[in-house]
Amino acid sequence: ENSALEFCTLTREFPEYVKMIEVGPRDGLQNEKEMVPTRVKIQLINMLSETGLPVIEATSFVSSKWVPQMADHTEVLQAIHRSSHARYPVLTPNMHGFQDAVAAGATEVAVFGSASETFSQKNINCSIDDSMLRFEEVICTAKQQQIPVRGYVSCALGCPYEGPIEPTKVAEVVKRLYELGCYEVSLGDTIGVGTPGSMAKMLQYVMKEVPSSALAVHCHDTYGQALANILTALQMGICAVDSSVAGLGGCPYAQGASGNVSTEDVLYMLHGMGIKTGVDLSKVIEAGDFICKALNRKTNSKVAQARSKSS
Amino acid sequence: MAAVLRFVNRTCFGSRMGLQCLSLSRPVAVAKLVQDGASAGKTLPERVKIVEVGPRDGLQNEKTVVPSEVKIHLIDMLSEAGLSVIEATSFVSPKWVPQMADQVEVMMGIHRRPGVSYPVLTPNLKGFLAAVNAGAAEVAIFGAASELFSKKNINCSVDESLQRFEVVTKAAKEAGVPVRGYVSCVLGCPYEGKVSPDKVAQVAKRLYSMGCYEISLGDTIGVGTPGGMTEMLQAVSREVPVNALAVHCHDTYGQALANILIALQMGISVVDSSVAGLGGCPYAQGASGNVATEDVVYMLHGLGIQTVRILLFPLFLPVSHFHFLPQFNGIWQTVTR
Repeated sequence: ENSALEFCTLTREFPEYVKMIEVGPRDGLQNEKEMVPTRVKIQLINMLSETGLPVIEATSFVSSKWVPQMADHTEVLQAIHRSSHARYPVLTPNMHGFQDAVAAGATEVAVFGSASETFSQKNINCSIDDSMLRFEEVICTAKQQQIPVRGYVSCALGCPYEGPIEPTKVAEVVKRLYELGCYEVSLGDTIGVGTPGSMAKMLQYVMKEVPSSALAVHCHDTYGQALANILTALQMGICAVDSSVAGLGGCPYAQGASGNVSTEDVLYMLHGMGIKTGVDLSKVIEAGDFICKALNRKTNSKVAQARSKSS
Repeated sequence: MAAVLRFVNRTCFGSRMGLQCLSLSRPVAVAKLVQDGASAGKTLPERVKIVEVGPRDGLQNEKTVVPSEVKIHLIDMLSEAGLSVIEATSFVSPKWVPQMADQVEVMMGIHRRPGVSYPVLTPNLKGFLAAVNAGAAEVAIFGAASELFSKKNINCSVDESLQRFEVVTKAAKEAGVPVRGYVSCVLGCPYEGKVSPDKVAQVAKRLYSMGCYEISLGDTIGVGTPGGMTEMLQAVSREVPVNALAVHCHDTYGQALANILIALQMGISVVDSSVAGLGGCPYAQGASGNVATEDVVYMLHGLGIQTVRILLFPLFLPVSHFHFLPQFNGIWQTVTR
């Protein structure tokens, strides 16, 4: 039986500003079954740039053999119109990807670790330790070239193979990425099983090792818990949130279930609380409309649904 | 999926989570949390009572008329799931709400589990008498915090409606029948827009003073966010004790669970919800409405808060009834795929 935990950290104020990290064009589209035409990806990113979003994850320099959806990474990165107010990180799982990314003009990259050994093995075919060695190489080189690196830790609140993940293990992996040189580590509830209880507990452990200013949350809405989890994270001092326009990107482990939390729904909550983001919600809804039409699918955003139906 | 279910059972956080009760001073301006000295060190409730409104609020919003035997079966299954309060039907005129025309048949057809309450809506004395006649042992009355909504919905002002309700609560008191009060539009009105928290508090206070044992505060169009929820609850809890309050959140803008979490942090321990998220939003066609009971229970259990014994997934609903459930949410989507 867990004992009651006192969260004196909750006495802090809600942040005045939350940084939104838009992962729709990469994490979102990566999970779509249909191949998305390059020009559609480019237009989506351009529309998102117009919304005021400060960070837009553009693409992924992984082998097109593994992720065919991202095969056009170079073309996308080179064709998008880069707003001076935004950054466009790209995924780089290894040195090969990193070099390709830099050659294509990337000015920020991201590496993806896991808090679960089994997930690491199944997802990137190596142990957590081995993946860290790989990332160390990327981060070192990136440092030399003054390219910031963002870290991700998946399965922070549960693993589709291992079940619950010890918060101490999550903290360990986050600490390693931070100490290697990641300026920020995004904590991913990969299968969306987390609740405010497990979120608070995990953050408590992680924040003993890494300052909250270097942390972000990446919540999936598979069980409808994302906004409640994000709220909890904000109460604990986190002020960076990943989300995906129109809630793009399903959950590959529960087919048909929702995945990424919708940017629109997060913005609605934050703005309703008086928290600044610098993002124009109606423009995000427009971008969401565009991509849903292009993909011939319905939006996962409740805000977008409500706005389009009410008159 | 079995692994996920085992995981859910093992992740119960614990019986208590120490949280400060927080209040937002001005949610529209800079979001600043001011620690409320009076409630510092408040923990989340150990237990939350779920008030299941699916069979009434949920089905009332379905376009196709649901056969009586389906309604009865649904209520019986919900009773088996361990819910302690299940809103069964509504004694309104079938002219206005044809879906609830079979109110007497449903009331008399359900198997009433001992220890479970089956409140029914009674908008006026006529409805109340018909309800008691049909065996109702608890009733509910529905006020609004918005004048325009009151006029459009029940064709009279808020004051007039409260006078009508007073007749009902008096009769209920004499008959020893508990009355639950609802206030709609507590976080916004489809006609008036913003609703003043003080107005909500006023209406809640009057319902409480006339004898309602509990007041359910409804975010009727789901526009509320944790900021507005906090401000409203602060105002209402100055007039009505927090243990006599409940929240009835709609998920039209996906905010329901976040709003419920904030409400729990402010001492609320009664939450209304609807199985499978039944009941759309009549003001935004196609948009979702009631928050899904499954999603609420998942969150509460994940926090180590006790609710009921079993209910998590409505897996036991017979396939032939699925076409009556066009609204699928969170867990239901995950489990059935």
